[in-house]
Amino acid sequence: MAGIARWGVSVPVWRLDRGMLARAWDTPALPGERAAASGDQDALTLGVEAALECMRGGDTSQIDAIYFATTTAPYAEKHAAATIAAVLDLHDVMTVDVTGTIRAATTAVRTALDAVRSGGARAALVVAADMRPAEPSTSMEQLFGDAAAAVLITADGPVSVIGEASVAEEFTGPWRRAGDHYVHSFDGKIETESYARAVERAVTAALADAGVSPDAVSRFAAYAPDPRTFATTAKRIGFAQAKDRLFSTIGNTGAAHALVALAGALDETSPGEHVVVAAQGEGADALVLAAGAGVESARQVWTLQRALDDKRVLPSYERYLRFRRLLPVDEENEPPSSTIRTWRDRAQAFALYGVRCNECGTVQFPANRACISCSALDNMTRVRLQRTGTVFTFTLDHLIAGEYLETPVPRAVVDLDGGGRIFVEVTDCEASDVKVGMPVELTFRLMHEGAGFKNYYWKARPRRDV
Amino acid sequence: MPGIKDRVAVAGVGATRFTEHYEKDQEDLLVEAVEEACTDAGIERKDIQAIWCGVYYRFTGLSGTTAADALRLYGIPSTRVENYCASGMDAFRNACFAVAAGVYDIVLACGVEKITDQGSHGLPNVLRDSIPPFMPPASAPALFAMAATRTFAERGWTREDLARVAVKNHANGAKHPKAHFRREITMETALEAPMIAWPLGRFDSCAVSDGAAAVIITTPEIAKKMNHKDDYVVVKANGLAVTTASPMHNPGFDYLGFPATRMAAKQAYDEAGITDPARQISLAEVHDCFTITEILNYEDLGFCEPGEGAAFIREGRSAADGNLPVNPSGGLKSFGHPIGATGCRMIGEITRQLQGRAEGVQVKDPELGLAHNLGGPGAVCSVTILGRN
Repeated sequence: MAGIARWGVSVPVWRLDRGMLARAWDTPALPGERAAASGDQDALTLGVEAALECMRGGDTSQIDAIYFATTTAPYAEKHAAATIAAVLDLHDVMTVDVTGTIRAATTAVRTALDAVRSGGARAALVVAADMRPAEPSTSMEQLFGDAAAAVLITADGPVSVIGEASVAEEFTGPWRRAGDHYVHSFDGKIETESYARAVERAVTAALADAGVSPDAVSRFAAYAPDPRTFATTAKRIGFAQAKDRLFSTIGNTGAAHALVALAGALDETSPGEHVVVAAQGEGADALVLAAGAGVESARQVWTLQRALDDKRVLPSYERYLRFRRLLPVDEENEPPSSTIRTWRDRAQAFALYGVRCNECGTVQFPANRACISCSALDNMTRVRLQRTGTVFTFTLDHLIAGEYLETPVPRAVVDLDGGGRIFVEVTDCEASDVKVGMPVELTFRLMHEGAGFKNYYWKARPRRDV
Repeated sequence: MPGIKDRVAVAGVGATRFTEHYEKDQEDLLVEAVEEACTDAGIERKDIQAIWCGVYYRFTGLSGTTAADALRLYGIPSTRVENYCASGMDAFRNACFAVAAGVYDIVLACGVEKITDQGSHGLPNVLRDSIPPFMPPASAPALFAMAATRTFAERGWTREDLARVAVKNHANGAKHPKAHFRREITMETALEAPMIAWPLGRFDSCAVSDGAAAVIITTPEIAKKMNHKDDYVVVKANGLAVTTASPMHNPGFDYLGFPATRMAAKQAYDEAGITDPARQISLAEVHDCFTITEILNYEDLGFCEPGEGAAFIREGRSAADGNLPVNPSGGLKSFGHPIGATGCRMIGEITRQLQGRAEGVQVKDPELGLAHNLGGPGAVCSVTILGRN
């Protein structure tokens, strides 16, 4: 039966203490922290990371379709799923962005299930990521968080989907018009009532479809606008034990929320358990999952809990403002870019292809027709570089900043495991953390917007030992 | 292959002061340097038969017209030379080889840069029209700082070792009338200055300056009939070596020196017949774009053994009164680095030293002088040996 074979999450390393936000604006503090993406992350880079975690050590050759679900796509025109495909070195695939609603992820999962069941795709990767913009000083600024998750849908995943339902309900809230800076929300109980009504209808219908009663469900992984609405809705449906551990740790992560919660649930699910996943937005989607015998061995080493534990608390609100481009700066000296060069170099820049010289064995990057070590011409084998390595040398550059990052910017020469040397910025740490010999891993980031487009490339971050 | 040794003479040299020339443009600077060189040689501008002008930035000037328009010298060959920060000395090399080829009698090598028109916050970041996605931006100091970091880890060198170079060169530059900075500094000043690209601070980095320099080149026979008929200087050797502009992608690059310098020096030493540079070279003007560069130059140029560069400065061997004065002019540290001009300025410094007229900074009885111009991330190096006739 079609279902979920693999899953993975990506949570930005930075946390924003809600108490700090409350102090900044003299407002009441919500409990806990929220995840805050770095200035070099966006929904796409978070999604890429979740996709890579989901497929860590796995076989990507069966993936025939990639769905990217978000409300914060990097482009209004130009979808992001093809970039995820490029990083995964997948080319003969269907790529789809599902956008414009915070239930985009569950809709994408339902669509992917249909593709797999119909035989249109052997496997489909669904990636959900969000970085919803919240107006400074509002409760949304405290509540929202940034994260991503990915699930691989196959015809025989160890987690079977045994029931599904969707409902549509025209309702305005929350919303963001084209051109609006921030998410808007009708401030009142009608929004939570609309949420609860839609989710209850969809979940009840999905449970009926599965033939499962609410008290047989052990985990409820759902998007909700806030923790109280989550709890009251779960209770209304009959999920007495439902808990959300995301609001106080990373926040309301928008379109990613249901899949992040699902990944966390599956990390701890035993065979025989039922899990319900649901998301709302202009209606709701719900799916009922049954964990099979393989659920425990399908777990990734990078679990949600590890992602929650792997955190650094932002030292200042100002750094968050800079990350989010909320402090206007007049750009000058935009790095020169070329869409044509980026296209020509896509296998190197996205899938990290280098070459190995067949004569002297040197692994080198970027590719060149002549070997950098022995000058042999046209005698190379393409190799994909590993994404782990060691800092050979570095500097802390005060002169040329990374866009939207603090200066100094650590820049390092990294010798990759398995060969190849790469020059990258170091991110997700304080500059003073960088040392010669430090183990690092590569992470896909937004570099800058030279030539008016989003320039993505790899950076290094201190290695998360997995 | 006859080579270049003793076949070309420096007939005259000139240079502007290197500083922030807000009130002058590149043409004003070129005219000033070239007029001084012509006067020094005892010729007139119209005697120049061909021009090579080192210019790095396209906002300073494109093509041979940069020099031709400044000097209003039309109808003769004029070529812009760009080879990273070694552009100036490569202009000199082209000019020398043209005279040695017997095609011209009197030619001009010059260089100019007008950087402060683009501001003085580091070098303008307008290197290329497009960069590949796998080449993240980085400042020039960052590229050399990574060598310093590596020597700290590998050799145990420290920021104090770097600061000693700054203190020495500023002490020398304080005595030079054309230096941008004419004041001494202390170790504390150097060490406490703001960071530019760790571990390089403000005093580890050369300044952003404007300037021009010019050299009149001829044959020794013709030089004997010109102003410096008794003390003209001859070219003993010139080497130019080019390596990769992407050492950061080269798995074999150890960041403990620059192979381009070693290869250019070998070419020059072989041609000049130098077997023991530390003893045979009387003085050197080397490319101290950053303090770490000067220390690595000591090793790459064979002034000391690999790994002994920091000891070379610690022991005062490169000081003005040391056994091998390095950058007695004050170097790029005191002059700044108007890129296209620096190589020709170095030739001028060595020439005046060999002629005994390096006011304020004269070293005692030099016989052979070396000038070293390094470009890019250690990618392009030109080494010239000059001697008394």
